Amino acid sequence: MVHEHDVVIVGAGIAGLYAALEASRSVDTAVLSKVFPTRSHSISAQGGTAAPLGNMEEDSWEWHLYDTVRGGDYLGDQDAQEILVREAVEVAYELEHMGCPFSRTGEGKIAQREFGGHYSNLGKGPVRRACYAADRTGHAMLHTLYEQCVKKDVRFYTEYFVLALLMENNVCSGVVAWDMRKGGLHIFHAKAVMFATGGYARAWKVNTNALSNTGDGMSIVLQAGLPLEDMEFVQFHPTGLYPSGVLVTEGARGEGGYLVNHEGKRFLEKYAPAKMELSPRDVVSRSIQTEINEGRGIGGKGYVHLDLRHLGRQAIMEKLPQIHELILKFSGIDAVTDFVPILPTSHYAMGGIPTDVNGRVVMDAKNTPVTGFYAAGEGACVSVHGANRLGCNSTMDCAVYGRRTGRAMARFIGEGAEKNTLPKDALERGRTKVEGLLAAKGKESPAAIRDELQQTMMVNCGVFREEKLLKKQLEIIKSLQGRYKEVEVGYKGQRFNTELLDVIELGNMLDFVETIVVGGLARTESRGAHYRTDFPKRDDGSWMKHTLAWKTDSGIKLDYKPVVVTRFQPQERKF
Amino acid sequence: MMQTFKIFRYNPDEDKNPYYKTYQVDVQEGMTVLDVLNEIKWKLDGSLTFRRSCRHGICGSCAMTINGLNRLACETQVKALGGGTVEVEPLRHYPVIKDLAVDMEDFYKKYEAVKPYFIAGTSPTDKERYQSIEDRKKIDGSYECILCGACTSSCPSYWANPNFLGPAALLAAYRFVFDSRDEGMGERLPILNSRHGLWRCHTIFNCTICPKSLNPTWAIGELKKKVISEKY
Repeated sequence: MVHEHDVVIVGAGIAGLYAALEASRSVDTAVLSKVFPTRSHSISAQGGTAAPLGNMEEDSWEWHLYDTVRGGDYLGDQDAQEILVREAVEVAYELEHMGCPFSRTGEGKIAQREFGGHYSNLGKGPVRRACYAADRTGHAMLHTLYEQCVKKDVRFYTEYFVLALLMENNVCSGVVAWDMRKGGLHIFHAKAVMFATGGYARAWKVNTNALSNTGDGMSIVLQAGLPLEDMEFVQFHPTGLYPSGVLVTEGARGEGGYLVNHEGKRFLEKYAPAKMELSPRDVVSRSIQTEINEGRGIGGKGYVHLDLRHLGRQAIMEKLPQIHELILKFSGIDAVTDFVPILPTSHYAMGGIPTDVNGRVVMDAKNTPVTGFYAAGEGACVSVHGANRLGCNSTMDCAVYGRRTGRAMARFIGEGAEKNTLPKDALERGRTKVEGLLAAKGKESPAAIRDELQQTMMVNCGVFREEKLLKKQLEIIKSLQGRYKEVEVGYKGQRFNTELLDVIELGNMLDFVETIVVGGLARTESRGAHYRTDFPKRDDGSWMKHTLAWKTDSGIKLDYKPVVVTRFQPQERKF
Repeated sequence: MMQTFKIFRYNPDEDKNPYYKTYQVDVQEGMTVLDVLNEIKWKLDGSLTFRRSCRHGICGSCAMTINGLNRLACETQVKALGGGTVEVEPLRHYPVIKDLAVDMEDFYKKYEAVKPYFIAGTSPTDKERYQSIEDRKKIDGSYECILCGACTSSCPSYWANPNFLGPAALLAAYRFVFDSRDEGMGERLPILNSRHGLWRCHTIFNCTICPKSLNPTWAIGELKKKVISEKY
């Protein structure tokens, strides 16, 4: 079946829905998602969304820009970062006008709290910049955007799984997708396609991500012959609940929570004496991991303690109610009276599908755009986060760049773009994937392959990296890719075949992880979240550049492109 | 410890009738019902269908009936179920698509019917609309809804009358009616006051099964008062 729309957006998180809202003002817009929109992973964002509103004390977009540039260890493109911090103010107000239930100050303004890496006066004192709705900020934003889409009658295709991008001669004409509930292939023919397909931390055993965060969009882009950008930069969030890695918001430290080791000491004073627990995430994650590695984890085990007790019951219940509940349900611990066991947990993709500042996907180091193909959100890399994202900048990135991309697509169509001819083998591109898997006979268990991938990524491609381990991981990935060809899907039916979908997701994971490891092996320096114990210094002479990675028959091919520097020249970071 | 899980199975393409299948799973400390379902799916029986995503109680995908009560599988600790055979079934009242996955189209239709979105004629252009802390507190207990469907599935009034809007949709209405910034009350109250609206709620409190500890029955009571005070 062929569906015709002006715009087809894949993914219904904050970026996808904001884009849908903007595009649908003037053109016929459809959204495809493998989960019902409010099940998207944006729902899990807790602590806040960054905007220099200055509601609590003086703040400015220049300060926010400086923090974002420095937080990203100077790898972010400063033109894109400037757009993020300037438009953040407008977007925060716009969300409020759409009814987003932000918490409030005594004066009735949007309340703001502290977050790691956000400071006043170009890195001096702390500043309260994270707009929040208790600790359900992502929930509040996502639901608000979904509600507005309902109001505008945006067309949703829920529980459709995109299998392939339809692209020929650098022109995109649509996607082919699988109807998860009924089975069957569907072509979506459009003038513009947008991927808002999110992140991939499911490739690690300990992670904060939803089970659905398997990097599908990124791998579909690789499979279409396009590159991914800066994939070696993977953020570990400092505070994942031990042992599962479920997120405990940075807002907990923003509200004054401490980290202590087995000796009961606030160990951050050793690593980041000025900013302590409110240093950027890469710094705090490495500090925790070092304590654990050197035997000062609690009882010598793989975790340290987050102490919230001094905040008192009232503050915890008012400002952090969800994490209080979550810690209680998953660990049986009452954060009002007890320490919370935490460890660094794989969280966020700084890299992704390369785009320009209007969300247009670009395909090479010269930034040549693909006609009719757009991306935004965690799955994209316009490069606002550089080598390390600041807390509460991701939901705002999704909102600002989702909105910009929606507008850009509407403009593109308004200027007369037509639907491009579908490739002759459009349906086949989906069919081979699904029917190939359903017909395959083999002896390999998808669960065993996934488990081995997740375990080994933790060990060989985690908070600390080195050549020997990355090389070993590359071998493991290649062997798992080989074994993947021998998996068999037991249930052959069309109806809601989640076994088939699990196996497709696993295949996608095995594709993008290779770009992370190969990009990380090549980058012989330490920058932001990419820390090489064998190259512990940042090397601006050789590495002040973005990685582009293509998948070819002979493995991953790399190329590089310059970083856009406008206001702030690279300097050493100290926190 | 090996434990028995008795799971509802039904594939309308293959089965004449639904049936229960039992699985033995080695339950480790800290395992949730979702962990068990994943274990079954990945190691014992790939054909089992259920929805899941966030795995920590915020996305609402995995609402199902566990030992007779509506819960989120991802945050239900097996240990907390007190031992013995654990019975897992789809949410009641919704048509089954396959196994534990139900068709929620009607649920979403009811939700959309109450105009579950912010309505305001005017908005300041360059700053936020102010709202006092007290006014903001009035929507606590309603905006947190994750649309999992557990409440509506457990509502006897909805069982008796499928046209009834149901607790989730009415809670969504509450979220906007009691938002001091919203101006859509005039459009919304007639929908709530209609034949299959809030008067079909008989204050049974079954919907307080809510995994997020919300209380739609209470909210509906407030809406009833609102309708009366606005109308008469």
